[in-house]
Formats: sequence, C-alpha cells, structure tokens
Amino acid sequence: MIEGVEPAQRIRRYASSLYGLLLRDLRVQLRDGAGFVLRAIMNPLFFLFIFAFVFPRTGQGFSGGGTTFATILVPGLVGVAIFFQGVAAVALPLAMELGGTREIEDRLMAPVPVALVAIEKILFSAMLSVISAAMVFPLAWLLPGIPVEVTVANWPLLAAVVLLGSLAGGALGLFLGTSVRPRQIGLMFSLVVIPITFLGCVYYPWARLDAVPWLQWAVLLDPLVYVSEGLRAALTPEVGHMPAPAFLGAIGLSLVVLTWAGVRGFLRRTIS
Amino acid sequence: MTQGQPVIQIRGLVKHYGRPGQPNAVDGIELTIAEGELFGLLGPNGAGKTTTVGVATTRVLPTAGTVLVGGVDVQRDPATAKRSIGVVTQFNTLDRSCTAYENLYFHCRFFGWGSRPSRERAEQLLEDFRLTDRARTMVPELSGGMAQRLQVARAIAHRPSVLFLDEPTAGLDPQSRIALWEILAELRDHQGITVLLTTHYIEEADRLCDRVAIIDHGRILVCDSPAALKRRVGAGTVVELQLGGQADGLPKRLAGLPGVRSAEPTLAGVRVLADDQAEGLLPRIVEAAAGHHLRDLSVTETSLETVFITLTGRDLRD
Repeated sequence: MIEGVEPAQRIRRYASSLYGLLLRDLRVQLRDGAGFVLRAIMNPLFFLFIFAFVFPRTGQGFSGGGTTFATILVPGLVGVAIFFQGVAAVALPLAMELGGTREIEDRLMAPVPVALVAIEKILFSAMLSVISAAMVFPLAWLLPGIPVEVTVANWPLLAAVVLLGSLAGGALGLFLGTSVRPRQIGLMFSLVVIPITFLGCVYYPWARLDAVPWLQWAVLLDPLVYVSEGLRAALTPEVGHMPAPAFLGAIGLSLVVLTWAGVRGFLRRTIS
Repeated sequence: MTQGQPVIQIRGLVKHYGRPGQPNAVDGIELTIAEGELFGLLGPNGAGKTTTVGVATTRVLPTAGTVLVGGVDVQRDPATAKRSIGVVTQFNTLDRSCTAYENLYFHCRFFGWGSRPSRERAEQLLEDFRLTDRARTMVPELSGGMAQRLQVARAIAHRPSVLFLDEPTAGLDPQSRIALWEILAELRDHQGITVLLTTHYIEEADRLCDRVAIIDHGRILVCDSPAALKRRVGAGTVVELQLGGQADGLPKRLAGLPGVRSAEPTLAGVRVLADDQAEGLLPRIVEAAAGHHLRDLSVTETSLETVFITLTGRDLRD
C-alpha cells in the first residue's frame, strides 16, 4: 500500500515528472527548430525593415517627437515576440490535442496532478519566449541603416519584465488553447491576437495616447500594454513609460488571472 | 472465486453526467478484481464500461462511490494511483509528433525515470513488441496493428500493476486482434499484470478473460467465469429460426418439445434454447415450424451472447 507518501518525496517525484514533460516538449520543438526561429524573427524583421528602413526613405516617416520610430518600435516588437510565443507554442498544439487527437492522454496519465501538466505548458512556453526575446533584441542593431537608440538601461528590470511577460504569455496560450476548438483557430487570430497586438502599445508609448483619453483607459485591459511599457522602461527609458510598480503589478496580476483561467479550462477539458 | 490480493476495488460507483433527466451512466457498480486476473467488462455501447474505466484511471470524477487501485483511492490521490495504472484508450492517442521509440522513452521520463533506464526500457519494449525496425518511424506512419502494439507497450512501460484497456481491439483486423490477445495473455501469465478490459466482442470476453462481468445500463448483471456464465443459461444449444410468416403460437408449441428449455419470439422468428445433443431435436423443430414459412435455421453453442440475451431480452449489438 502506497498511501501516505511523504511531502518531500512527493515534491521530488513531481519535479522529475515535470522535467520529463519539459524534455518531451523540447524534443518536439527542436525537431522544428527552423520553424521556431522563423516564427520569432519574421514579424520584427519585416516591421523594422518597412517602418524603420523603407518609410524614412520614401518620405512616409512617422514623427517620433525627438525619437525615431525604430526606437519606439523595438521594445514593442520584443514584447510581441515574447507574448505570442504562448499562442504558437501552447494554444495551437493544445487546441488540436484537446479537440481532436487526444494525444495529451499519455501526459495526463503521468503520476502528477493534472494541473501540473497544464503548468508545464506555461513554463515551456516561457522558456521559448525568453529565447525569442534574445533573438529579436539584436535584430535592431544587426539590420544596417536603422537608427535606433536602444541600450539596456536596467538589467534587473529587463529580466523581471521578460520573465513575467513570458510566463503571462504562456498562461494566455494555455487559456486560449483550452478555450477554442480546432476549427476556431483562425478566428482566434482575428479576435484575440490582432486586437491585443494593435492595442498593446507596441507601436506607440502609452503616454502618447493622452491625445485619445478613452483609448488610453481602454487599452489598460490589454496585458501586452504592460509588457511593452516594461520593456520601454528597461531599454528606452528616454521615450517615457509607465511607473515600474504599475506595469510589474499588472503583468503579475494578468499572470495570476490567466494561469487560474487556463488551468481551470484545462481541468474542465481533461477530467469529466 | 477470486484468488490473490484484491488489486481493483470498486465500491458503490455512480456517475451522472450533469444533464438533468438523464439516467446514471454508471449506476451502483461493485467489483473486486484480484491480482493477476484478466477481467472483462462485456456490454453494449453506452452500457457504462468506458465511464467505469474512466473513473478507475482518474479521468472521470465519480458522483458517488470509491475506486481503489493498488490500495490507493484514485479520487483522493490520483497522482499516486497513476503510478500503478497503465491505460490503453479506445482511440489511438500516441504522440504523433514523436517516433515510436520516443513515445516509449518519454513515457518513462514522465514517470521520473532517468535517461538511461528509460532508453533501455524503450529498446527492450520495441523488441518485445516486434517494433524494433520501426523505432525511428513517426507515429502517423505506423499501421493500425503496430500503433495498437505500441500503445500497449507504452501503457506497461512504467511497470504498472494494473493495465486498463478500453475496447482494445475495436477496429483492428482479425490478425492484429489475435496478436493482441496473445500479448495480453502473456502479460498476465509471465509478468503478473492484472488486466481489466472492456469489450463488446463476445469472442474476446469468452476466449481471453478469466472472469467476465456483463454490464448493461450502468449495472452489473452477472459476474463469473465465461464457462460458469454459460452454464447458468442451462441450455447448451441455441437454435435460431427465421420465418417468412407470423410466429403466432409457434414459440409455445416449440417450448413444449422434449429437450427444449425455452423458446422466445425474435424480430425475424423464434429463438429456441435447448439441451445439448437432444436426440431428434432439429427434425421436430422443423416439423413444428412447417406452417410458418421456415426460411432459415441456425444452430450454435450457447455463448456469452446467449447469456446477455437471456438476461436482457436484447442482442448485444442492439
């Protein structure tokens, strides 16, 4: 009879199972390494190329109030790369596995609470997010002819924002993956990813929205706003940004809420 | 009846799926399965077999009752219970993003095994299940029979004490079905694994299982060895008559013949249960049915199907 497993032993067991689950996801991702790299860099690459390289040469440049548009854009694009890794790495495969193939069954039978299988998805997604941030960040310097003024002004703040933002993105992916059916994936991009991106202070700092006050308040519902602003605070503080406690608190709050909703959705879809 | 330690204990199990007005999917099941048994849950689709296995494998929460697997309450401590449970689901749930080898290797890793033991176990299982030459094949490229063998190999990879299989041979070709039966008998005989399978194939329950519980509308009707269940019917032979006309008084007349235990009207004609080797039975039946446009007549041995019919008045496939 194995009832009454000691807490310490239990935690060790869970940790080693969790490690196994992460290894599986890593293996599957590595098989598609090129896909991962392309997914991370194509969006920022083309954004920077068109808006920061082509537009100034065609006279279509945006007025940046002293700073170049590229400088405003870089933290926002890093934010997008971080935040939507969860959608690609968690939501899409999860929607398929839960909705059609039921491939997740074997992982559900791993000797851990089912909620931990869901948490693993968030952790794995966050790992990928950190890697994509590291790939997108240098693009701005590597592309010739782009005038950016991006330096790491505050390393600990950068680490905190990237880490929290990556986890929140993973939690969003978990929530979406457990909420949508496979045939609704296209709709999810139109209804969720696009609004979050365009309202996420990616292409403009939040403070500038004071010109449209109702919008400035409305976008506060978008968790990406806080990731973009947080990255601005760490990378381009001269552009102006929200106070640190505000964006750190809000990212933390979205992480908690999305994790709760995601784990709840996962349990509902896997245990009847 | 049951030897050895009880490994699966199901007590007062009830499951109701939220929809009001619906009957209980499982309606008070009691079952004790001993170590090393190969046990079958036989019943038509929707009888509650899958739900019962679902609760026992921690995937369905019971409305009432308890299930212990290896002495652990599956609802109170599913994480610990899962260590002694292996599952083969009704549908192919192999990891399609992985190779055959990786399905086994990562399964062991999910159970906290180290890299080397996982690798060795995966290689051993590939060999045991004749899949070594498919080690690097991605799951979608495996044939149905191979995929099913791999599912069983994966389910026992962490050396569980109990293996649950839900309709394991549904949709398999006859050859693969027999191969799977051999594998399951081998697991019981040589590895001491307790096996609980659900099926709606009579032959599977009859030939493979040590004991069978016949289940219908969420309840167990009878539970015994296939031989004992068939003896209960009290008749060795089933004669099915297909008539072109009305049966009218025919069942009553047939029931009065010497050697006949009972005769019931069916959709197509009459079903006669008779003693084994009753002398001159068939000529007498044919003679009695003469005025009823007898079209066809088939004689079979009593099977678990007969048991189900005598208990429910319905066919297993209805």
